[in-house]
Amino acid sequence: MAENERIVGIDLGTTNSLVAFMQGDHPVIIPGEEGANLLPSVVALEVHATKGERIIVGNRARNVLIQRAENAIYSVKRLMGRGAEDVQEELKFFPFRISGGDGTVLKIQLGGREFTPPQISAYVLLQLKKNAERYFGAAVTKAVITVPAYFNDAQRQATKDAGRIAGLEVLRLVNEPTAAALAYGLDKQRDGIVAVYDFGGGTFDISILKLHEGIFEVVSTNGDTHLGGDDIDNLLLTIAIDEIKSDLGLDIRKNGEAIQALRKSVIEAKVALSSAPSATIDLELEGGKRYQREVPLAVFEEMIEPILQRTMQPCRQAIKDAGISLEQISEVVMVGGSTRIPRVRKLVTDLFGLGARGKQPHTELNPDEVVALGAAVQANILGGGSIATENMLLLDVTPLSLGIEALGGVVSKIIQRNSTIPASATEHFTTGVEGQTNVAVHVVQGEREMAGDCRSLARFDLKGIPPMPAGIPRIEVKFLIDANGILQVSAREQRSGKQAQIEVKPTYGLTDEQVEKMILDSFDYAEDDLTKRQVIEARNEAENLILHLEKAKKSAAWSAISEQERIEVTALESELKSDKELDDYKLIRESIERLDKASRKLAELMMDTAVSSAMKGQTMKEAGEKMGDAPNAPHPFAPAEIETKG
Amino acid sequence: MLEPARESRNPKPETTPDYFQVFGLVRKLTLDPAELEKEFYAQSRKLHPDRFAGKSVEEQEWATEQSSLLNDAYRTLKDPIARTEYLLSLEGVNMEEQSRSASDSARASGTEKKQVVPPELLEEVFEMNMQLQEMKMAHQMGEEPDAETQQGLEASRANFQSKLSGIDEDLKAQWTRWDAVVDCGAADGTIGAEVRDAMVEVLNRRSYVRNLVRDVGAALDG
Repeated sequence: MAENERIVGIDLGTTNSLVAFMQGDHPVIIPGEEGANLLPSVVALEVHATKGERIIVGNRARNVLIQRAENAIYSVKRLMGRGAEDVQEELKFFPFRISGGDGTVLKIQLGGREFTPPQISAYVLLQLKKNAERYFGAAVTKAVITVPAYFNDAQRQATKDAGRIAGLEVLRLVNEPTAAALAYGLDKQRDGIVAVYDFGGGTFDISILKLHEGIFEVVSTNGDTHLGGDDIDNLLLTIAIDEIKSDLGLDIRKNGEAIQALRKSVIEAKVALSSAPSATIDLELEGGKRYQREVPLAVFEEMIEPILQRTMQPCRQAIKDAGISLEQISEVVMVGGSTRIPRVRKLVTDLFGLGARGKQPHTELNPDEVVALGAAVQANILGGGSIATENMLLLDVTPLSLGIEALGGVVSKIIQRNSTIPASATEHFTTGVEGQTNVAVHVVQGEREMAGDCRSLARFDLKGIPPMPAGIPRIEVKFLIDANGILQVSAREQRSGKQAQIEVKPTYGLTDEQVEKMILDSFDYAEDDLTKRQVIEARNEAENLILHLEKAKKSAAWSAISEQERIEVTALESELKSDKELDDYKLIRESIERLDKASRKLAELMMDTAVSSAMKGQTMKEAGEKMGDAPNAPHPFAPAEIETKG
Repeated sequence: MLEPARESRNPKPETTPDYFQVFGLVRKLTLDPAELEKEFYAQSRKLHPDRFAGKSVEEQEWATEQSSLLNDAYRTLKDPIARTEYLLSLEGVNMEEQSRSASDSARASGTEKKQVVPPELLEEVFEMNMQLQEMKMAHQMGEEPDAETQQGLEASRANFQSKLSGIDEDLKAQWTRWDAVVDCGAADGTIGAEVRDAMVEVLNRRSYVRNLVRDVGAALDG
């Protein structure tokens, strides 16, 4: 592995995902194939008449969503680390078919196959990885991925699994609001207490941080992993569906395509209302019918107020947990697309009493991009740092208390929420019956008193306890929450000194073996994608060569070669022009090779006499590059050089 | 998800330093939070796993272990009550009243955790419980409690709140005594034991009054 391999920062969002890296002393977003920074987090199955099925991601997948809703999956982040029984409420709005239950990881049907949420997320990550590889012209295998601060253990583990399935080593999971603070902090470098209000597509987080000489210490965090712009869309959607039924007599609930078209129109109206006094939801329906609904801003704000209010309680709790007064919070940073809604900005300004202090929430950085930029900063820190980041260090917290189920189903808390991570706790267990060799432990996460009301993380058996009278064995169990917010457990029987064996049954997660298997799965499936990428790369190279040739034709060198050579080069060039439009990268490469060879002499002549002797044997392409015509800096369309494993 | 941590490659048992040792401190209770924070930040810069991302698995595990110990130590020592309880546990005092397992088993069996009402508080606690009872009854009838009850509870809250501040002063006085005992190297002697007992008593009283403040607060603020 290369010493200076680039580590990228990824924001794996509910609605959109981005990849960024640190260029010099500033993080930048890496654009995708079409030049866009945002990759819609939509994964779809494209069914081709002759080529069969393949997985597509992003904008094209979003189009499938509107044409064949059952073939596309979106907002999968809301399903990460959850069981089928948890998501019944969500499913009302999702066209997905879901299976799995009773504490097992849920599965989503797509075409004839079943996918777990980490696998779907892995396709999004794979696309981002490819975008970065194309940009750098080198393989990318390491990443920092952001997660909502309020994500629990299972949701974090699922995100890490997704990275592994996509062939990425996840060096760190960073909380989204913390990442945003890093991106802002890089510019500001000011000490003080900062609140980050992160209201995205599907999740809401609030974090309060203390900034001190480059240390970003999170003091408290709170949130709701099921609260975001999606909820606003769903509310408007529900109202529109009802009106379509009562006004036009059409029940579109079973019509996935109509729902998605309506969803698109609803989102457009929502976005428009951030800058216009009114917007219209407009949808053409079957039989020439048409639904048109004008939504004035005042009506919109009244409708969404209950959703926005749900962000207030977590904010108050976080302030209370931080043990500070409102006046001590010097800055509030706004993150996530939903903070574009003027009413949200007003509520935050009021809640933190900013108006009275002549302040405004920070919105300078693009709220869609700031998390990815922060992830790139953290990636840079992990990679050994640079002048810009050498002083920076993130100290984050665990958002939820960790507990074990004690007698009577009550929770005994062992690590309190808002503890700085890594954090640990040691507990002792014993047996209740003579000769007992196993002890069962149930680990939960949450703030409620009863284990049944908390999130079950795992049940495990302490095995191999030497048979002793009841109450005599003393098993020491160490719980450790690592820097990613993920729990690790180890155990030891103290009287015998024996390392106790732990058999862990994750409640909602994948075992290592399952993840391992999925890695292979996704590569099998990605083969089509790989072929496509090679075509694009070959085409880019062809276009580059043609460009150089056009330049050469205008130079003196062109008349210096023979008539015969000019004819050959021109013929091969027009051949390449037509070949590059084909979907066969091998053919394009052969055509490039022929033209390159034929124009070798021309390339040599193009160089100045002194240089040309040194450059003998260079091909057109190389000569052009040496002359500074070709992009030598990372460029979005630079041909990628990726070794593909057979 | 849960995963068993790898067994240490180094099987020789290491003694984990106590939280005071982590900060290079003797077991004294009066300490400067700003100094503690400064030391915490300085050590975090050296030990945090982010500083070991490119290193071997062993070094990363070591960093995770070390920084979790540092974080646990800082969390415990920066909180005055947790710091006192921790010191007492180091000194071998069994804080029965404060122990989590006692409250857990009390909750599990549905009984109130047995707490002895400090005698000087008996009358005031009795009065406040009456007021709480009245408020509860009013709520059950769907009525607002009368102004007298409301005011009485507000007064109780202010009363117990100020008692809590007084207890915190008592505790600080005990810290000073303890620190002097440590300076004389007499922590193992009779005076040491006496100060420890006094601190246990203050902590018990504090825990009781804090619960009262919490209960009356919950009733008033809903």
